[in-house]
Amino acid sequence: MAGVNEQSSASHEMGMHTEQLSGRSQQTFFDLDEEGGFTYTDSFDVDYNKRTEIDCNNLDAKQINLGLRDAMANGYGTVVIKNPGAKHSIAVGILNRLNLIIEGSLGYFGCGLIDGPNVRITGRVGWSCAENMMAGTIVIEKNAGSTFGAALRGGDLVCKGSVGSRTGIDMKGGTILVGGDTGAFSGFMMQRGRMVVCGNAGKNLGDSMYDGIIFVGGEIKDLGIDAVPGEVTDLDRAWLTRKLKMYDLLPAKGVDHFKKIVAGKQLWNYDNLEPTEKKLIL
Amino acid sequence: MAGTSYKGSQITDVDQFIKGGGIESDREKEIGQHIGYRYDVNLLPDYERLTPFLKAYMEHMGWDDLNWLEDTHMGYEEGRPAVFDRNINGWVTIPEDMALPDNQQDRDMIARELLIKFQMSPNHPLAQLNKAYRKF
Repeated sequence: MAGVNEQSSASHEMGMHTEQLSGRSQQTFFDLDEEGGFTYTDSFDVDYNKRTEIDCNNLDAKQINLGLRDAMANGYGTVVIKNPGAKHSIAVGILNRLNLIIEGSLGYFGCGLIDGPNVRITGRVGWSCAENMMAGTIVIEKNAGSTFGAALRGGDLVCKGSVGSRTGIDMKGGTILVGGDTGAFSGFMMQRGRMVVCGNAGKNLGDSMYDGIIFVGGEIKDLGIDAVPGEVTDLDRAWLTRKLKMYDLLPAKGVDHFKKIVAGKQLWNYDNLEPTEKKLIL
Repeated sequence: MAGTSYKGSQITDVDQFIKGGGIESDREKEIGQHIGYRYDVNLLPDYERLTPFLKAYMEHMGWDDLNWLEDTHMGYEEGRPAVFDRNINGWVTIPEDMALPDNQQDRDMIARELLIKFQMSPNHPLAQLNKAYRKF
């Protein structure tokens, strides 16, 4: 309990319990003279040229993640994880710039909640890879499981193979690139961000999407509720070309064949619609 | 329709939500707040307009493009230009005396630069909360 008291004391000393909020503006303003750097104030200062390895044999997920943290604390900017053995919840919660190479496959929830690192995975990944990812890049050389990039908020999430169902469910930003096919209900309840599928898409693509864009290079089994075709603009083509080229996924025939799916926005403010209006949408 | 009629693609003037104050449709007037985004969330960045600060940031992070900042735009809250900070789940307002360019792409680049400086500052609300409450 001593720790709790210390924390409580710290927050009181900082005035967080005596702040008078009524009668004053709640707006937060930018300070143009702010001298912020490129990383969070409490992140580790790492050097990409400093490299280390972690052998995951006989280590559990917690030990591996603590090993990663220790490596960053010691300034290692490039970390190679060997023998990950498809263990779950590896490389989660990294809020730092880091070059992370995973030689093998990951289990469930790999690389979740990360903000900044560049990750390359030579094998496959299980369910919910990169869930809630905030920033950075993840490149998976083989296939991925279901709910790939669930609730993604930012960054580039790339799978060079095929992915399971509900890819990008509830995504709120960022980019998902799939070199192969994606399963049913991809982009379900998507709120913003971009998804690019070079192969085919399964049933109910973009079901109940609120906003965002889905590009599909192959066939679409069918569209979900309120997902509608959109017009591909020159800016879209330029962005697609640049992004796919970045990850060696640009098809030989270019991007002109890609279809664009957007939200019809008929479901916005759904609770306030009249019953007859709801029927029209559903 | 009782729902929103506003769509990002209907923005015709870069100052639309500064001039209009933000509450426009009958439904918005009824509930006293705007519905939907105040900017086109799907607008892709024009990389010809990158600022030197953003180029340096991309290089520092080891990224070939703006990465998560592709989703950052200058929006408008209560009739004032502002940027949404996902880390505090709130809008951060641009100072009134700051001159804004006349196009959305340049405004978005400014928004990205300001947001990074704000988030990485020791004065950011999360840095303060972290200092006061972190457990380990």
